[in-house]
Amino acid sequence: MTVDFSRDKPIYTQLVEKICGDIIRGNRRLGDKMPSVREYALEVGVNVNTVQRVYKELEQMELTETKRGQGTYITNDRNKVDHLREQMKEKIVEQFFHSIEEFGFTKKEIMEQLQKQGEENK
Amino acid sequence: MISVQQVKYQYGKKVVLEDVTFTLPEGKIIGLIGENGCGKSTLLRLLAGVKNPTKGKIELGGQVITHQSAKEIAYLPDIDEFYPHLTGDDIFSFYQSQFNDFSKQKAEEIALFLQVEIDKKMKKMSKGQRGRIKMAATLGRNVSVYLMDEPFSGLDPMVREVLIKGLIKFLDGNNQTILLSTHELHEVEPILDGLLLLKDGKVASFENLEVLREDWQQDATQWMKKQYSKG
Repeated sequence: MTVDFSRDKPIYTQLVEKICGDIIRGNRRLGDKMPSVREYALEVGVNVNTVQRVYKELEQMELTETKRGQGTYITNDRNKVDHLREQMKEKIVEQFFHSIEEFGFTKKEIMEQLQKQGEENK
Repeated sequence: MISVQQVKYQYGKKVVLEDVTFTLPEGKIIGLIGENGCGKSTLLRLLAGVKNPTKGKIELGGQVITHQSAKEIAYLPDIDEFYPHLTGDDIFSFYQSQFNDFSKQKAEEIALFLQVEIDKKMKKMSKGQRGRIKMAATLGRNVSVYLMDEPFSGLDPMVREVLIKGLIKFLDGNNQTILLSTHELHEVEPILDGLLLLKDGKVASFENLEVLREDWQQDATQWMKKQYSKG
């Protein structure tokens, strides 16, 4: 299905994040084959040039490897994926702290709230 | 590559286009946008060689575009009266007789992908079906430049989506350039590389869309409104 993009951020960064999310959640596993550029462009409903840029970016992040004549694969290196997970965790927490500060909450009251809601969600 | 230099087009006393200069890069999909009556259709007709500019020069790969060289360009006009008595199949045969670069097999494959029957007469088809036949006939040609005048206009969202997918699937992104005019900016935006904005017969702006999103955090519609309100 076509992806609904937020129109105020570059589409290629949104797609890179989407694929990173797939990898972290395990929807795309180590060594999995990625669709071809055109297949993926069709799947998400964007221009082929944009997907080319996404694939280049993923390769630079060393999350994928392109094997000549065979296509693009998710890395086989577990460390790379673990590293990505850690980075993403840090990023989420950073954003979280940022909004806490914006509203002037103390860390203590937020921790208490986290615990409370965490219990409820169990 | 198409280069447009200081083009003016006058119709009687009315100046439709003035001092239009830009270069269409290879392998990109560019949206031609602007208010009704700003000269989009006229510009596409000039580029297609259907009309000649009053002043200025339009070149394709260094050659001035004439009615002849326009054979290397596929043009999809915005008229709906597209050969009413012919079936889709007849239209494909007609295209094959007119254009050496046309592949009937490819057009049929595209029609299949767009889910439209090719043995019905155009006048018996819905507007959405005619829109799909037009798209299949246009993309059935293998050329370096495609000019499309409002290919999604008046079609329902499902048809628009399948046509957009057809463009992604059947165009060679590296070598083929598309310039398409549209008002359905929000839907078409994800497949566009750039925007060419016309305002009162002049090029108001020519921008790369990812740059707009990155540097200005704006989507195409916001940006267009801002360009128009500049006065």
